[in-house]
Amino acid sequence: MPTNSQGIANAGDPLSSPIPRRRFAEVLLGSGFLATAVAFLYPVLRYLVPPKAPDLGSDAVVAGRVGELKPNSGKIFRFGNRPGLLIRTASGEYRAMSATCTHLSCTVQYRDDLRQVWCACHNGKYDLNGRNISGPPPRPLEDFEVQVRGDEILARRRRET
Amino acid sequence: MSPLRNVRRWLDERFSWDDLVAPLRKKTVPLHKLSYWYFLGGITLFLFVIQVLTGILLLLYYRPGANEAFESVQYIMTQVQFGWLIRSIHSWSANLMIFTAFAHMFSVLFLKAYRKPRELTWVSGVILLFLVMGFGFSGYLLPWNTLAFFATKVGTEITGQVPIIGKPLMIFLRGGEEVTGATLTRFFGFHVAVLPGLATVLILLHLLLIQRLGISIPPKLEVQWIANPSAMREMKFFPNFLLRELMAWYVALGVLGALAAIFPWNLGVKADPFVSAPAGIKPEWYFLFMFQTLKLIPPKVWFLDGEVLGVLAFGLVGLLWLLLPFFESDQPSHMKRWITGLAVFALAYVVGMSVYGHLAK
Amino acid sequence: MAILRNKLRRFSAARYGGLAGFIVLAACLGYGQTPNSCLDCHSALPDPLGVSQEKFSQDVHAQKGLTCASCHGGDPTSDDPDKAMSRKAGWKGRIDRRQIPQLCGSCHSDPAYIRQFNPSLRTDQLDQYRTSVHGKRFAAGDTKVAVCTDCHSVHDLRAPSDPRSTVNPVNVANTCARCHSDAGYMKGYSIPTDQFAKYSASVHHEALAARGDLSAPTCTTCHGNHGAAPPGVDRVQNVCSNCHAFQAQMYEKSSHKKAFEAASLPGCVVCHSNHAISHPTDAYLGTGPHAVCMRCHTPGDKCDQARAGLQSGLNRLDEAIKGADQVLGVGESSGMEVSEARLGQDQARESLTKARVTIHSFRTDLVDQEIQPGLKIAAKNLKAGKEAMVERNYRRVGLGISLIAIGIVVAGLWLYIKKIESLDQQEHSS
Repeated sequence: MPTNSQGIANAGDPLSSPIPRRRFAEVLLGSGFLATAVAFLYPVLRYLVPPKAPDLGSDAVVAGRVGELKPNSGKIFRFGNRPGLLIRTASGEYRAMSATCTHLSCTVQYRDDLRQVWCACHNGKYDLNGRNISGPPPRPLEDFEVQVRGDEILARRRRET
Repeated sequence: MSPLRNVRRWLDERFSWDDLVAPLRKKTVPLHKLSYWYFLGGITLFLFVIQVLTGILLLLYYRPGANEAFESVQYIMTQVQFGWLIRSIHSWSANLMIFTAFAHMFSVLFLKAYRKPRELTWVSGVILLFLVMGFGFSGYLLPWNTLAFFATKVGTEITGQVPIIGKPLMIFLRGGEEVTGATLTRFFGFHVAVLPGLATVLILLHLLLIQRLGISIPPKLEVQWIANPSAMREMKFFPNFLLRELMAWYVALGVLGALAAIFPWNLGVKADPFVSAPAGIKPEWYFLFMFQTLKLIPPKVWFLDGEVLGVLAFGLVGLLWLLLPFFESDQPSHMKRWITGLAVFALAYVVGMSVYGHLAK
Repeated sequence: MAILRNKLRRFSAARYGGLAGFIVLAACLGYGQTPNSCLDCHSALPDPLGVSQEKFSQDVHAQKGLTCASCHGGDPTSDDPDKAMSRKAGWKGRIDRRQIPQLCGSCHSDPAYIRQFNPSLRTDQLDQYRTSVHGKRFAAGDTKVAVCTDCHSVHDLRAPSDPRSTVNPVNVANTCARCHSDAGYMKGYSIPTDQFAKYSASVHHEALAARGDLSAPTCTTCHGNHGAAPPGVDRVQNVCSNCHAFQAQMYEKSSHKKAFEAASLPGCVVCHSNHAISHPTDAYLGTGPHAVCMRCHTPGDKCDQARAGLQSGLNRLDEAIKGADQVLGVGESSGMEVSEARLGQDQARESLTKARVTIHSFRTDLVDQEIQPGLKIAAKNLKAGKEAMVERNYRRVGLGISLIAIGIVVAGLWLYIKKIESLDQQEHSS
């Protein structure tokens, strides 16, 4: 019974206390817990899903796809934080090297007329192995190992054995 | 019957749940002006749990190894959804946990909660503090950036200064003569397996002791309450104190989230063993007071090498700290005042030296 | 001579000891299967007759097996000074300055002889020297001008590739300055003596001396070494174009080439100076203190307008790049991923470099062709930076929402605690 014989409310009876006050704390708490649970679980669940860009580590990147380059042409790709140059020689072979000129760090390019790697800043030239052959560059370009895997062309940093 | 009651009945029929849980129901927390300090232990435990959870999440993407570690952390920060959040929370929570661990230790010291019969709680706690600092030191190297690389180099170099065992200890820590990828692998092993294992055992011991012995009451108050039992004020642990602790934990979560979002943890530059150390390399803030002390010791003290003396001194202080409760007997004595004085000095020293170390070039 | 003989007689007693010592020393120094008795005495004599063992061992001629007698004549095998320094044995004594080029040339212009030592060494130095200002004046009887030993040093002559050599690229300017910066020495000649001072302040000197970039020019790069002469007014751009190929190509086709030639102005030097070449800035195209165009052109005319167009084009691109950099910087320090855009900024900067090179065509349409792609790239990177800021704000909003949720929990807990404790109190009191 909610009230006793004198009509005074019995303690502990759900209906004897003011409803909004009691419910309010619990409703607030419950909704708060729910909200925070969602706020915490949502990022964690998104985190657990692996991202699309696979992490190949710093040693290898996908430089291009088979068929993307015509023979005797080149393209710039991204290797970590620096640019790289992927070349398809006239005979169809792939070569890859760092595209940062060793003179003053401009980005080099492939010249299909010269069949050499060329730096537009001060006319530096490199051969297809990255060796500096003319102009100001003091050192060769770091050259990468190329591996064709399926339809992906991978450029891999050379590991010292 | 409510579902909760059904579950309890099921557990009780199989594990004697009620008997197991009964002491917990009786657990109380003394209420007095300084009761707020009792929150610190709980917060440290909470932050440890956060570390374990975020640590496990990071383990899903982190790759240990000199040529992959930095890039994998970069990947987490930039490519993984909310990776920046998990990693920044992990780094910030680590620092906060070390802070609360120190604060908890000092509050126990000043409230004299280490005295009989709670000596072993203190001992397990001090070991946990050392473990927590070990967590910080080993974890700091894992992103393999320049600052961490050189901080590790300097830190392990100092370990090597200890006479006789120093060099072998340094080689053990470094996995070789120098800091290399082998050091990284080793620190990774310490950080995710060895230290968590040890810490778990010690935390369980620490909590068990607290359960069995109850929460300590400051000495003066204890005397008063024994004389006048009706003056004693207590709060039930379940649910009252725990609910309050929960409030503190949620606030801590809010602080962590804010720190992670507004001050994301820096990635730095990938470590290169062949460049020279950047000028003014300093360890993380929780090692500053020791580092600064070593810097201030003159190169030669009497006939001893200054740095060796410093390292040995800290070793000795650490050992004495561990055994502190055993120096104080039950009887009133001058020792009690000495220890209080020492506690004040220690706090002032740690804070002062840390600030000095931070401001010095 | 008599005095010398007396001195030598005093030495004679110690000579055998000295000789023994010398043999041991020679064995230790590892040079000279060819005996060289001259140094026995001359290593102990004071300047100007003194040549120490140490000094001579650095000399590239000594290292190749030549002795004092190779240039000075005499008999290096004899210990008797009279025999060693006898005219009959061909002893020349101190070589007169007027004979030095001929003497050096007696070997260095003989390809068959030099081939025995270094087949790829040039043998036209003397011929070149004769065409130089130094050589021409020398032939006319001026002994103040430089001869071989003035630049190459003597007795410790090092190969030019040796960084300690006086003719190594990093040291050449200092060597030339020994005379050319000495106002007293150069009195009587009609050329200035401030070239070294000016060059030292130049960007070429900085590249060579500070950065060690051996491709940077020094005196001999532009003036020649053995055939040293200033390039003619109409030849200056040929010299500069050896390295600055693109600027030269642009200039070649530009309106300024004809104009400068007609006015006998020295091409590149007009705007860039010859020795005090500083790093050109966009301010060259302006109207302020560094402006070069306005030295000749009239304000308000067609050329001035073109100048303003060139300047504004460069400024626009520069501003765009800086703006994007700034936004990317804020993004980076807030922990956003902007490395792709940062890389793109390099491309934009290259466009700006190319545009600055194209200035030398003095055509706004060509410069614009370089600027437009640069602007596009900078705009793209700015957009990426802004997107990073949006992401950053999104995080803050997310944080705000979580903090509100946490606030609700904390408030809820507080009220709940109050509630159960007031109930407890009611129970206690009743």
